[in-house]
Amino acid sequence: MPFNLLVLACITYVAFLFLIAFAVERRARRGAARWLRSPLVYTLSLSVYCTAWTFYGAVGYAARSGLEFLTIYLGPTLVFVGWWWILRKLVRIGRQQRVTSIADLISSRYGKSTLLGVIVTLICVIAATPYIALQLQSVTLSFGVFAAAGSYGWALPDSDATALWVAVGLAFFTILFGTRNLDANEQHTGVVIAIAVEAVVKLVALVAVGIFVVWFMASGPSDIIMRIGYSDIADWDLVPSRWAGLIGLSAAAVMTLPRMFQVLVVETSDEAHLATASWAFPLYLAAMSIFVVPIAVVGLQMLPAEANPDLFVLTLPLSQGQGGLAMLAFLGGFSSATSMVVVASIALATMVSNHIVMPLWLSLRPTREVTGDVRRLVLVARRVAIAGVLGLGYFYYSHSEGATSLAAIGLISFVGVAQMLPAMLGGMFWRGATRVGAALGLTIGLVVWAYTLFLPSFGPVAMIPQAVFDHGPFGLAWLRPRALFGAEGLDPLIHALFWSLTLNTSAFCLGSLFSFPSPVERVQGLAFVNVFDTERAEPRVWDDQGAADPEELLKLAQRILGDEPALLFFEDAARQQGKAGYLPDPTPAFLDALERKLAGAVGAAAAHAVIAEVAGRARVTVADLIRLADETAQIMEYSSRLESQRSELERTARQLREANEKLTQLSIQKDAFLSQISHELRTPMTSIRAFSEILMEGDVPPALAAAQARIINEEAIRLTRLLDDLLDLSVLENGTVQLDLRIVSLTEMVDRALRAARQTRPERSFDILRDLPAEALFLRTDPDRLTQVFINLIANARKYCDSRDPALRINVKQRGARVIVDFIDNGSGIPKDKQQIIFEKFARLTDQTRAGGAGLGLAICREIMANLGGTITYLPAQGGAAFRVTLPLRLEKSPRADAA
Amino acid sequence: MAGETGPGGRRLARHAMLIEDEPHIAEAIRFLLTRDGWQVTALADGGAAERALRTARPDLLILDVMLPGRSGLEILSAVRADPDMAELPVMMLTAKGQGRDREAAERAGADLFMAKPFSNAEFVAAARSLVET
Amino acid sequence: MNRRGPVFLARRSYRIRRLRDGARLLPLAGVFLFLLPILWAPAETVTRDTARDGIYLFVVWGVLIAVAAVLAPGLGTGEEAEAPASAEDEDGAA
Repeated sequence: MPFNLLVLACITYVAFLFLIAFAVERRARRGAARWLRSPLVYTLSLSVYCTAWTFYGAVGYAARSGLEFLTIYLGPTLVFVGWWWILRKLVRIGRQQRVTSIADLISSRYGKSTLLGVIVTLICVIAATPYIALQLQSVTLSFGVFAAAGSYGWALPDSDATALWVAVGLAFFTILFGTRNLDANEQHTGVVIAIAVEAVVKLVALVAVGIFVVWFMASGPSDIIMRIGYSDIADWDLVPSRWAGLIGLSAAAVMTLPRMFQVLVVETSDEAHLATASWAFPLYLAAMSIFVVPIAVVGLQMLPAEANPDLFVLTLPLSQGQGGLAMLAFLGGFSSATSMVVVASIALATMVSNHIVMPLWLSLRPTREVTGDVRRLVLVARRVAIAGVLGLGYFYYSHSEGATSLAAIGLISFVGVAQMLPAMLGGMFWRGATRVGAALGLTIGLVVWAYTLFLPSFGPVAMIPQAVFDHGPFGLAWLRPRALFGAEGLDPLIHALFWSLTLNTSAFCLGSLFSFPSPVERVQGLAFVNVFDTERAEPRVWDDQGAADPEELLKLAQRILGDEPALLFFEDAARQQGKAGYLPDPTPAFLDALERKLAGAVGAAAAHAVIAEVAGRARVTVADLIRLADETAQIMEYSSRLESQRSELERTARQLREANEKLTQLSIQKDAFLSQISHELRTPMTSIRAFSEILMEGDVPPALAAAQARIINEEAIRLTRLLDDLLDLSVLENGTVQLDLRIVSLTEMVDRALRAARQTRPERSFDILRDLPAEALFLRTDPDRLTQVFINLIANARKYCDSRDPALRINVKQRGARVIVDFIDNGSGIPKDKQQIIFEKFARLTDQTRAGGAGLGLAICREIMANLGGTITYLPAQGGAAFRVTLPLRLEKSPRADAA
Repeated sequence: MAGETGPGGRRLARHAMLIEDEPHIAEAIRFLLTRDGWQVTALADGGAAERALRTARPDLLILDVMLPGRSGLEILSAVRADPDMAELPVMMLTAKGQGRDREAAERAGADLFMAKPFSNAEFVAAARSLVET
Repeated sequence: MNRRGPVFLARRSYRIRRLRDGARLLPLAGVFLFLLPILWAPAETVTRDTARDGIYLFVVWGVLIAVAAVLAPGLGTGEEAEAPASAEDEDGAA
């Protein structure tokens, strides 16, 4: 097959996947993605476990070491079948703490430690490097197969160059896939679906090759069993240490591999899916493994001796002239490699940005305030990290022993990531595990792994001199990398696995026993170990004394989560506290919730640090510490009930207090209203009466008389306008208003409002920033009334915006069946204590500009919006005065018609 | 006092300071008083009133109750608290016209309380009466 | 009270707890069965046993999958009964 065609096939396939991801994400945003997150999709996404190593390498592994390849799938099978032990707890913790990666999990458990985040990220990046190299190698090899088989007059340019192109292509693809949207949210629905599709492709491809081999090349299962008996595979001996060690190793890896953690924990949409995956994922693994031995046996018999067994899946169909099947197999292998690389580099990039870039940025930035768009920083960091991770993979590929089998490379990674197991399991099941223990264990594990397995994998001379292999460093024979403490005769892999995990676990346990945890650590330890104990009152990390300004918190949250999600979160929290608007009280519970929300975007350690800057240092109260120390469940339960009753009481009291305030205010308002009306009517009357009396006396020069008559006229008009407004308001308030509902273009209404509002302070030049594509909406509403609201808001901006270069931004968003129109100027905004009253009648903030009405504008706007089934609110923390108009896309009838 | 009738029956120009934020009302009062032989200084903002008072030293202060910057009542209390100006005649203007405002103004030490709208003749007479008594 | 049959309170939640015990035991059985081939004397007979070993492993695998599939739905719905049982469950972990 011509090389170009092969490349074209790859690109088409990738483009197809990208389209799927794109379409899915669009649907997900519209909230129509329920079926996209089904147990089936979850199970299929877990198949990123099966990489090119499985697809190509398992056959090679079987050809070399018989049934030993099965250990890699038996370990995960045991973990999933035994999900009730570990996975269930892991997923629950991950969701409850909004964990973004395994580094985040470990950092969060041990007191939101930045140090642990860095160590785990390092381990993951280093361990992933050989694994990514493996994918590059397999794709490069599979290209080579087609090159050799085809002899269409083209030779594979150079395997190094091919690998480089593959790496660049994959990096590009992953950046497009994984960091396309600006949401710093860790769930990638589109990617998950694309991976599920790839899972199907690779399963179908491998099974198709298997069926072809068993029933078309051999003559059925019994023939295969006979052939196994005669083949070299039958000569394999089960090495007990490898058999047991590899089952354990793969069981550990399936939980600690960054990409597995990503799909298993971070991307879970529903814990219940785990129940299905507990049997469905082992089933998938079994289906992927069942044809491995037959393919290996037939390959060994039918293909020339020098054929690479890692590529039998491709070369067998090709040798039979089955180009189509070979192409399918090629795409299967390509799927295996791409899905692994995409998920692994997304997971690693998240870790690097959250645990290395964020802490660096937090400590290096010049001011203590969180300014600028944090999300952009995070995104850029992630993109660079993705490129970096693939770059490292390519570096390893070109510098390691090129001829190593795929399985051998993969196992090096497995041992690396297994180093996180003691800290992870210890943190989940042992409250006594501490940060010091975890840091010691992880560091020692990393060092021993690097020394005994990772560095030697570059070849005997590349990283460690031959003399060290023979006689140990400085002649210390007991420190030889392949015979630590005199453990000679062990298989190098098992040797490294044994020593790294033994020393790691010992250091972890001893370090934990001899150190003392910080308060935050104890809180987190309790939250992790007793995650299922929902009745228990959660000790809070934040206390009541923190004087956090909710507006500052909102600004912070907007920088990290984006404007809309932050506003939604704050509005929700305020509603739960029984408050209106966007600014909840900074209670400990709210700070806790906010911290978790932010942790979902930037990791626990960074989220904790930025909130501490606004809210002051986290202090665990004495009561909380007592709660921590006391381990009897009953007292916990009792105090938790008290706690919940207390918070219920508090909420009710707050609502009552607010209702009472409202009533008192209403009575005051009624008096004030009458007095205001009197004032507003008497003021123009004064001028009219004074000048008319002057004119009546008749001794005024004509020019002056004309000027005075004009004043009388103006003031009469002002009176009329006031009366109109008052009548308008009373009609709107009674709900007796007649709405004229029509289908109208939003753009047209905004245009009209802008034109009309130009009469207000016409001397001011105002920049209007509009988003015309977003405005292209057709609403069913009362166009005149809605335009009236818009005119009012624009005119207000023209009047009161105090910026030197005034600008008004009009943002339009559609959320389901509702439309949101924001008017945001760049002035100094409205002070917090005034934000509540601006919608009241006669609430004028300054009396400087008398040109306008009597301070009824916003009150009328509020009533109009209520009549149009919508709301108008003040949006805090937008860098200027900001009003949000929300209304239904299609208004059917006046929402007040029933009430009237 | 500065505002007394001169020997030739001709009055020296009496000086009134007007603090009123409605431009049209201010213009009407200025016209009425100027025609009656007063010199009128008008201010629109309550915040700057005190300093202006101290430098201009008028014979009469006409104060609106509702002012931007500083309310009329606040300015009045400040005036009464200042020994130099404690005797300055003050006329309060209000558009609310409620008894409560009148009491508050009288308690704060206003000499006269005038409700808007007013008759021109009454207004000028009241202004005169304040400086002549 | 009628003492003929065993008195049983909350039969349903008792069943759910035993189901969870089963779910906990399943991987232990799996470990035992997967490690069993270590004990088999390798290749001492003339007939080679790789195919047989492979079939054995796949059969065990299939049984584990089947049992897990039978257990899974019951465990999934037991979520509401979590709270009362959790004191008993989590004791060992605390």
